Amino acid sequence: MNEESGSMIEVRKLVKRFGMKTILRGLDFRVGQGEFVALLGPNGAGKTTFLRILSSLSRPSLGEVRIAGYTLPYQDVQVRQKLGVVSHMPLLYGDLTAEENLRFFGQMYNVNNINPRIGEVLDLIGLTHRRRDLVRTFSRGMQQRLAIGRAVLHDPEVMLFDEPHTGLDQDACDMLDKVLRDVAARGRTVVMTSHDLGRVEELATRFDVLSKGVISATSRKSEIKSGNILTFYKNSLAAQNG
Amino acid sequence: MNKKPVALLVLDILSLVFLVVATYLALFFAPMEANMGNVQKVFYFHVANAWVGMLGFIAAGVAGIVYLRSQDPKWDIVEVAAVEISLVFFLIAIVLGSIWAKPAWNTWWTWEPRLTTAAITEMIYLAYFMLRNGIEDPNRRARFSAVYTLVGSVSVPITFMAIRLFRTIHPVVIGTQSAQTQGGFNMTPDMKLAFFFSLFAFTVIFIDLFWHRIRLGILANKVEELKLKVME
Amino acid sequence: MVEKKSPAVKSGNFIKAVLAITWKDLAAELRSRELISAMLVFAMLVILIFNFALKLDAKTRLTATSGILWVTFTFAGTLGLNRSMAVEKDRGCLDGLLLAPVDRSSIYFGKLLSNLAFMFIVEAIVLPLYSLLYNINLFNPGLLLVILLGSIGYIAIGTMLAAMAVQTRTRDVMLPILLFPVVIPVIVAAVEASGGFLQGLNIAEVRYWINLLLVYDIIFIAIAFMVFDYVVEE
Repeated sequence: MNEESGSMIEVRKLVKRFGMKTILRGLDFRVGQGEFVALLGPNGAGKTTFLRILSSLSRPSLGEVRIAGYTLPYQDVQVRQKLGVVSHMPLLYGDLTAEENLRFFGQMYNVNNINPRIGEVLDLIGLTHRRRDLVRTFSRGMQQRLAIGRAVLHDPEVMLFDEPHTGLDQDACDMLDKVLRDVAARGRTVVMTSHDLGRVEELATRFDVLSKGVISATSRKSEIKSGNILTFYKNSLAAQNG
Repeated sequence: MNKKPVALLVLDILSLVFLVVATYLALFFAPMEANMGNVQKVFYFHVANAWVGMLGFIAAGVAGIVYLRSQDPKWDIVEVAAVEISLVFFLIAIVLGSIWAKPAWNTWWTWEPRLTTAAITEMIYLAYFMLRNGIEDPNRRARFSAVYTLVGSVSVPITFMAIRLFRTIHPVVIGTQSAQTQGGFNMTPDMKLAFFFSLFAFTVIFIDLFWHRIRLGILANKVEELKLKVME
Repeated sequence: MVEKKSPAVKSGNFIKAVLAITWKDLAAELRSRELISAMLVFAMLVILIFNFALKLDAKTRLTATSGILWVTFTFAGTLGLNRSMAVEKDRGCLDGLLLAPVDRSSIYFGKLLSNLAFMFIVEAIVLPLYSLLYNINLFNPGLLLVILLGSIGYIAIGTMLAAMAVQTRTRDVMLPILLFPVVIPVIVAAVEASGGFLQGLNIAEVRYWINLLLVYDIIFIAIAFMVFDYVVEE
């Protein structure tokens, strides 16, 4: 069935239209297990739209999307079990404590042994000391950390991050990077969009550029000399325009 | 689909002709009713307009369900056309009803089940258009409209039954007995002819307007598409 | 690794998700108490206004009570429905729910149950208060049955329409405009049946209204369950 076995994410000729406007125009995208893809691109190129489709929040207008062997949108429930998503909104309930938020999502994701798991995750994100505090008292950085905790709670095989460093202070950024490294080390597949090329440079194994509704360039990290990612990015945009 | 199809042109002419014939039949051919006089003739148009309103109502409900299953935007256009037509024709029917009621029974309005249900349906239609106005994304707009149409289609018949039950328990105090019964008169064969022809004529008018409105919707969509192409 | 869940497990997940959502709403509301206090204060104000707007002597008060109660519940209910959905929309929490590996309709049922709970809490406070204020005994099992069935019908369709309304531009005003015309059968039946029970009629005489409420409840829960996907997906 899959010519490329081990493809965690497989996207073929993806088209997404909003009314008359076409945002994604026949996009192809393939990610193998364990890869860490940094998705770059100008504003408005459609990165967020693309990630929303991958996370099953949005339906494709045309084309095929398969994640972990399951097809979207028909097998969306199975896909979602395998996905952890972090966007720039925390998606947390302000009137509940950190622990209650994690417990709620643990129940929704059918996590086994939920109490020890909550403890583990709180440790990982460094919020154990605030577990009984209401989330609305958290700073943005802490909320984002908790959001990451929520995303890794059910140990998903695929993780999607949409500009996760947005609005975070240095501490929170470092914490996020620590989690990202941990996730990568455990062989999880990651797709992350980011404006901050410096951050992704260390973590990513591959760089893709999404521009004008398609993936205009893709390159393994090994193929780019260190520090030249910016050049790679600019070149790919220029090549598309020229 | 740029030129008006011949069939539609024929329908236009037929609609006009039938309307004239129906008017003649109602106003001149049908005899005058004994109790109410000439104002009773409003009845021929009142019922016909309400009938068209009903056709539009059913068409809208069907279009909504078909849209949800097929996700084909053409059915959204059909649904909007049906709701618009139904809105206008129910309104005419209600106004004609008032024109008939005042001289006949000395009241502008009766809370009888059909009239009240028609008024409630108008409210649902208004809510429908307000809903559409508040949504930018065309796909979401079409989906929500279809869902609301479905809800309305189911709720209106139940409303009608509820009001009818309400009325049998609380018979109306104001207005004469005939205000509640079917027009309150017996129809002679001539009247029946005028009545049924009126229904027929307005059905043709309904199909004609419906077709026109759907064409209008499709053309409007084309204009939007072309606009976007030019802007890119 | 392909996981195939057996049907029993799937429905177990569904119920678990529904209860988790309901519990989450109740727990959050217990902390802030914003929603219920808003509904309660509003309900009391409506009753107050009715007291001056309708000059009721002791006799007409009895017949008008069911109408006043249902107008109050209808308007206060709108507040609750709006707030409950706005919470999800404002912080993007709805996305969080949509990302969960459960049937979308579990969101509907979870919200339905929590909205119903809020409505019952408000009704449970308004009824005794009204009884005291107007010296009318409202602890009538028939009346309570009507309030139960009527609230279910109202909230069943209200929850779904609230999910739609909260995604439009004119969020807060949209819900009453959408809801009231389609919920009229519930209001008519509930007022008639309530009035009937308060005037001492037995169940046989109001059974048409009770049946109407039952039919409405079942039909609209079924419809909302079937179309809820279309309301929340993108």
